[in-house]
Amino acid sequence: MGNIRKFVFQDEQDLMSSSPVRENSLSAGSLDSGIKSIGLLEEDIREMPTLFLSAKRWLSVISGIILLSLLIVLVCLTFGAQPIGMGVVMQTLVAGVRDGQAGIESAGVPGVIVWQVRLPRILLAFLVGGSLAGVGVALQALLRNPLAEPFVLGISSGAAFGATLAMLLGVGNTFLGVSTLPLWAFAGGLLAIMVVYRISVAYRMLSVHTLLLAGVILNALFSALIMFAISIADPTQAFKMMLWLMGTLSVPEFWTLVTLLVYLACGFLILFWLARPLNILTLGDESARSLGVEVDRIKKLVFVTSALVTGAVVSIAGLIGFVGMVVPHAVRMIVGADHRLLLPVAALAGGAFLTVADTVARTALAPTELPVGVVTALIGGPFFIYLLVQRRAGVPF
Amino acid sequence: MSRQSGSGAAYTIQSLTFTYGRSGRGSGGWGFHHLDCEVGEGKILGIIGPNGSGKTTLLKLFIKILKPQSGMIRLFGKDLTEVSQMEVARLVAFVPQESQQLFPFTIGELVLMGRFPYHRPFDGLGWENPGDVKLARRAMKEMDVDHLAERQISEVSGGERQRALLARALVQEPRVLLLDEPTAFLDLNHQLDIARKLRRLNQEHGLTVVIVSHDLNLASQCCDHLMLLHNGAIIRAGTPQEVIRQEVLKEVYGCSVIVDQHPQSGNPRVSLPV
Repeated sequence: MGNIRKFVFQDEQDLMSSSPVRENSLSAGSLDSGIKSIGLLEEDIREMPTLFLSAKRWLSVISGIILLSLLIVLVCLTFGAQPIGMGVVMQTLVAGVRDGQAGIESAGVPGVIVWQVRLPRILLAFLVGGSLAGVGVALQALLRNPLAEPFVLGISSGAAFGATLAMLLGVGNTFLGVSTLPLWAFAGGLLAIMVVYRISVAYRMLSVHTLLLAGVILNALFSALIMFAISIADPTQAFKMMLWLMGTLSVPEFWTLVTLLVYLACGFLILFWLARPLNILTLGDESARSLGVEVDRIKKLVFVTSALVTGAVVSIAGLIGFVGMVVPHAVRMIVGADHRLLLPVAALAGGAFLTVADTVARTALAPTELPVGVVTALIGGPFFIYLLVQRRAGVPF
Repeated sequence: MSRQSGSGAAYTIQSLTFTYGRSGRGSGGWGFHHLDCEVGEGKILGIIGPNGSGKTTLLKLFIKILKPQSGMIRLFGKDLTEVSQMEVARLVAFVPQESQQLFPFTIGELVLMGRFPYHRPFDGLGWENPGDVKLARRAMKEMDVDHLAERQISEVSGGERQRALLARALVQEPRVLLLDEPTAFLDLNHQLDIARKLRRLNQEHGLTVVIVSHDLNLASQCCDHLMLLHNGAIIRAGTPQEVIRQEVLKEVYGCSVIVDQHPQSGNPRVSLPV
């Protein structure tokens, strides 16, 4: 760094007494040398335990939420049309892990129910809930809007329209053995997100209401298109579409789960990789630029990733609303706003939340099953109104 | 990159032309046309002028938030278009006029964001290292917000938030500090405090400071040089004595003011004839 005169703090003494700066320390320009000379490092950091996110805190919170999620999954495994005790669930799980197929069969009917019916469905619910919450977090940071989420913004209905179109045309089935439906939904979601992006660029500081309005209009538009598609489909297909649109989880095929997992893992890794820029982006575009964030590039990347994840989820589970808003909000209140922690915790919590919601959906009126989208909307709708009213009082939009 | 200190200029602006497009202010023809100016290294420069004269626009051009249509901006001799956004952020810190935060970040987290330009791009987890925390802590102490480290941004007063933003700027370890209306929301006590702190940073650390302000008296007291902007043109530039003159201010602001001498510093003082 040579003779560059950068702003550098002197050591503690100088700060306290505001004494003139020594010649050599001005030219040193290196933070490390300043720190070594003080030697109070450990205590200084311990003084401010929550000032920054340490690897230790991150690990402890994440392992806590993982344990909690596992517990919730275990409890949900016991619920269903046929109640199975926790002990039996544990036994069948252990048997299945230890002896594979033979172990599951030796556990009898409960083994089949747990391994082939409930566990796949719970895994699906967990993946879907987790990705909706993760995308919600990213969109909220990007649009600086705590109400943003794929369903509210119309991205989900865009994706649903893409998938409906593919079903109607009969092209969404398989390509080289893999369903291309998620890609159609991705295209639809991308269309919707481009509209949202254009609006967010046109208005430099987007108010909550403008954004919600855009979402309402997009939702209305895509709903109309979907209705049209359903009305010209044959009755059997139309019924299947309706059920799917309501947000329904069913027992998935093994490969469906794997496909979904691949999409979601890619999407989530990208978002997680951008956690720090997302933090900075919540300060607004101009501040973010002044701190060195390539705002446009990161926005585009997050928007495309969100469309991809939303598309994959919608193509399999239909329209499940509000998970992406309720969960991030609640998690943010507990762990804070830092996306390095918020993103993974919200994703895990979202998974656990939808697992519980789906368990309610399949047991509340058993043997009749509710679409899980109905359950999340019943929880999320009132919460949305509460947020809107509470925000209006506090923060100027 | 060859960065020569002592070249005398932090910023050199040559024939800068910038107008807001159709999406901008809409008042056609507004903008900078072939503007030339210089920001001396190690100096405090005040940019003053009426509303809409282009003060904040100029700051935004300095940190690549806005890009000029033509002309050249040099930052320590280097063409700004060839300096990456990250590199700019390591050299120049910007304190915006107001910043809203809807999410529950703490003051400590806000200040630590100033270390972003020193981390690798796309570094998802990128833990702050002990050095970063140390630096943030000192900056907060310097700006007198260290006791607020764990408070949320929305919970503190406007003045405290402003000082936290200044602390964040210091954490960037900049050579140039750009401030947009640094005292706009502050009471007298904190105005004085900020003014003194800026002077001290300038004198002790050789930090170049550019202040955009409506407050002519603050500018007159605080700055080595002033630049008076009006409709995108530099009306006058020089020492406060040269710029803060009754006839000049009348021409630009369109109203008569009283200009006399500050009893302590002898710098020009502006008051309203009511």
